[in-house]
Amino acid sequence: MGMTDPLKGFGVTLSKMFKTVLTEEYPEVKKIPAPRFHGKHQLNRHPDGLEKCVGCELCAWACPADAIFVEGGTNTEDERYSPGERYGFDYQINYLRCIGCGLCIEACPTRALTMTNEYETADDDRRNLIYTKEDLLAPLLPGMEQPPHDMRLGEDEQDYYVNGPELARQQGVPSDTTVETGGEEAVR
Amino acid sequence: MTVASASGNDTAENRPVPEGHVRLTIDGIEVDAPKGELVIRTAERLGIVVPRFCDHPLLDPAGACRQCLVEIEVNGKPMPKPAASCTMAVADGMVVRTQQTSAVADKAQQGVMELLLINHPLDCPICDKGGECPLQNQALKHGRADSRFVDKKRTFAKPVSISSQILLDRERCVLCQRCTRFSKQIAGDPFIELLERGALQQIGTGEQQPFQSYFSGNTIQICPVGALTSAAYRFRSRPFDLVSTPGVCEHCSAGCSQRTDWRRGKVMRRLAGDDPEVNEEWNCDKGRFAFRYATAADRFTRPLVRDRDSGRLRETSWTEALRVAADGLLSARDSGGVGVLPGGRLTREDAYAYGKFARVALRTNDVDHRARPHSTEELDFLGAAVVGTGPDAGVTYAGIESAPTVLCVAFEPEEESPIVFLRLRKAARNEGTRIHHLGQWGSPGVEKTTEIADAGSPIHSGELLRCLPGEEAAVLSELPEEVERELREPGSVLLLGERCAQIPGLYSAAMRVAERTGASPAWIPRRAGERGAVEAGTLPTLLPNGRPVSDSVVRADVERQWGMDEGGIPGLPGKELEGILAATESGELSGLLVGGVDPDDLPDPEQAGRALRAADFVVSLELRPSGVTERADVVLPVAPTVEKSGTFLNWEGRAREFEITIEGTGALPDCRVLDTLAVEMDVDLFTQTPAAVAGELARLGPNPGARPKPPDVPAARPGSPGEGRALLATWRHLLDNGSLQAEEPNLAGTARPPVARISAGTARRLGLAADQAVRVSTAHGELTLESEVVEMPDDVVWLPGNSGSARPNRVLGAGHGSVVDIAAGPVSPSRTAPSGADEVAGAENPAGAADREGTVSALAHAHRANGNGPEHGGVNGSGPAGAGRADTDGGGA
Repeated sequence: MGMTDPLKGFGVTLSKMFKTVLTEEYPEVKKIPAPRFHGKHQLNRHPDGLEKCVGCELCAWACPADAIFVEGGTNTEDERYSPGERYGFDYQINYLRCIGCGLCIEACPTRALTMTNEYETADDDRRNLIYTKEDLLAPLLPGMEQPPHDMRLGEDEQDYYVNGPELARQQGVPSDTTVETGGEEAVR
Repeated sequence: MTVASASGNDTAENRPVPEGHVRLTIDGIEVDAPKGELVIRTAERLGIVVPRFCDHPLLDPAGACRQCLVEIEVNGKPMPKPAASCTMAVADGMVVRTQQTSAVADKAQQGVMELLLINHPLDCPICDKGGECPLQNQALKHGRADSRFVDKKRTFAKPVSISSQILLDRERCVLCQRCTRFSKQIAGDPFIELLERGALQQIGTGEQQPFQSYFSGNTIQICPVGALTSAAYRFRSRPFDLVSTPGVCEHCSAGCSQRTDWRRGKVMRRLAGDDPEVNEEWNCDKGRFAFRYATAADRFTRPLVRDRDSGRLRETSWTEALRVAADGLLSARDSGGVGVLPGGRLTREDAYAYGKFARVALRTNDVDHRARPHSTEELDFLGAAVVGTGPDAGVTYAGIESAPTVLCVAFEPEEESPIVFLRLRKAARNEGTRIHHLGQWGSPGVEKTTEIADAGSPIHSGELLRCLPGEEAAVLSELPEEVERELREPGSVLLLGERCAQIPGLYSAAMRVAERTGASPAWIPRRAGERGAVEAGTLPTLLPNGRPVSDSVVRADVERQWGMDEGGIPGLPGKELEGILAATESGELSGLLVGGVDPDDLPDPEQAGRALRAADFVVSLELRPSGVTERADVVLPVAPTVEKSGTFLNWEGRAREFEITIEGTGALPDCRVLDTLAVEMDVDLFTQTPAAVAGELARLGPNPGARPKPPDVPAARPGSPGEGRALLATWRHLLDNGSLQAEEPNLAGTARPPVARISAGTARRLGLAADQAVRVSTAHGELTLESEVVEMPDDVVWLPGNSGSARPNRVLGAGHGSVVDIAAGPVSPSRTAPSGADEVAGAENPAGAADREGTVSALAHAHRANGNGPEHGGVNGSGPAGAGRADTDGGGA
């Protein structure tokens, strides 16, 4: 041990004082993740508020961690949740299992399931980490109406799929945002 | 390449072609095929899969979808265009090039696929077939990646209810005609047909005739696209999220193998299994759709004990329930005795536990599983001709198919054992088997087995020998010359239904016919557990494996093997079910141990009620509340079939083993419950698990003694019923009020409407108008039903056994062959009026599964279209869809 060693130590500390600070001020200052960050899922809605999910279970099939459970249901004239015949009656994602890979998003045929940038999914109770349909559904934007209700934007589901973006703009979604992520903005 | 490999193989060239075979080349591989084999099958044997939709090995070739096009060269000359390999039979020297070696065939197949997909909607994500769809798979394998079709697809309104259960999605249909061919050729129910022409060609039903077939579910399974779906399963899950477990159907004695698809501890659907020796690839709608009784909300999950103070049943622990049950049974045993009624829906293993429990723990032979009209003659017949027979020696499905003549005696194949019915039809259609029936009227099942309409020119395959109810034995004793002669042909078969027990002398007469003509008799009970229970020894005269109770040597052997003291098993045969009930009523017996028995199934439900009230102590092993529950002192919950393992013996005596489908529910099979109960009574049964029981049954070995003698009861001939009276003929429909059909409103919609049938002569005598109801009454009660005039003997009225309000044993206290009063009833509203039917449809769907599936409107629609459908004239107004009630037909315990 040389005489100058303590001074060397101070030297290291001193030199760091002039470098960029790496410390995150979380949670006082929240970090905005990259736009395509795989955060919490969201079940999107059509511009009139009907759900996009048709309960096809392809997300559950694609999931490598078996984190998703879906059960389909049949829309009736009196009780309609989505355009077309079928809707997601039960929808659950288990965040204890989800690995955030995003394969479910790729599997979704109606773009009902997307991921938000929301990353705060920690909890102190395991039971709270199974998110149900109520937790996952996108919030109602202006012009949207809580289902069940009739199809407001066309005669059948084809109108929703073919004219979707156009209808969304008519309902007041700004032209510079994509229709799918309309709800995402609201979450943030 | 073809030439090289064919000529390069010297041994193949020198090998002689076997008799009845031809030699052809498929994709360069030389192969010998039996004459008449279709090219597509020969290719399949070589492992070359040609894509196809319409082709099905059990249906006649149709060549409807054109997907299986291959290039074919006959006698060195190529055929001008690719040919359908599913309709082309092999020929000597044929050269076949499939899509694997021929660009022409491949292009042709891709073209057909493109055409099929032009009008096919892109709704795979919401289609029930998606994930197990032949069209999906083959489009990915043999189709083009892109479609050149840019116009609008043809659309149809979807889905259309063609019955309350089957939904048709015409957009998805590729017109392969599998469903129509199945219905015509296999089931004989041509209610579904191709309509219209060209691009509008579609599958449909007649306006007034929905798809009311007992086999309609099979069309869903063989549909190569998602055009046919069931209301019960629609949108409930996707195939890739289901666990498939092989199983055996628990409904009738056909013993169908099946596939149970389930997830999250709940059965989602059931499909027919593939067992060429039994059910081929088919099953009936009851086997396919009736399974939700096991998840009914009122199922027992914990033991119940009757509270001394309040007199009500209260939930309790197994420990307490077993202690109370054991104490009660012990004191009942010592004060008078306990009768055991296991019911006819048990596995062989569970039945064995009941039989052993009766002998070892209760020291009695008073055990009888026949929860239906029965007779001592039947008991003797079972001991003499049924027990111990099996598929290696007795009558089998294959035996029916190859038989020159089959005579169905008091047996209604379509209603009582649908798979036997399908085999009879197949035999008549393909093998020219003559099928005769001994019964009252030409029911649909009789018509479809005696007149085969679809096979080119119609086949008249047999006769209905009409007789009065009760007269069957006399008619069987003096069969017409021609039938007698036909039965003498080797391999002929006599099929005896469970109704035989209600006709004195019929079993004896059948045995005499069998002896006289050499025809083999086969007993086809209605319930799945009956045959196994005969073998397991739950009859008052039989110990396990057909050992007669009255044979002291055999008895001593069983006592030794069961570790009992000598003389532990009483030497006298016990009482039959009616005797047990009568003895309980009179106080001779003081306790009852009851399995899956519903009093309403018994020949005299009121007597059963009195006996249950009179008994000091009643233990019930049940699945759901039944008529026994309200009288039971202890109710022990047992496992339904999907939650236990075991073996059903089907009518052939074939062991149909099955494993647990849904594990870990904690439900115990009857044998385990009885074992623990016996331990509580200080007796060991060693029936903890079905596997242990099966081992013990095997160790016990066959009956070393002689078979008991067959019955010899003189044939009776019913007298004239007298003015204003008639003889009652009755049997059950396949779909009725049975408690195993609970919670299935869509299935119930396809049940046959309860109708009273009389002859034109009887109708005239009653002065009955065409739309007038018939009132049938006894001193006991009366029943008013819509009437239908059929060709049958005069002074006979036929009623369904347990459909809607028509429950003759309960309401009239009458059975097959009883004398009843008959009169013209009120004029009912026109049969084509839809209002009544709608009421039924609406009333029977209260917040049930169908509600959530949203098929209520579709259902109502189906009923509206169903003019002659589920109408009824029942006094208490419960329609055929009343199967939601849990009042009859055992509890499935």
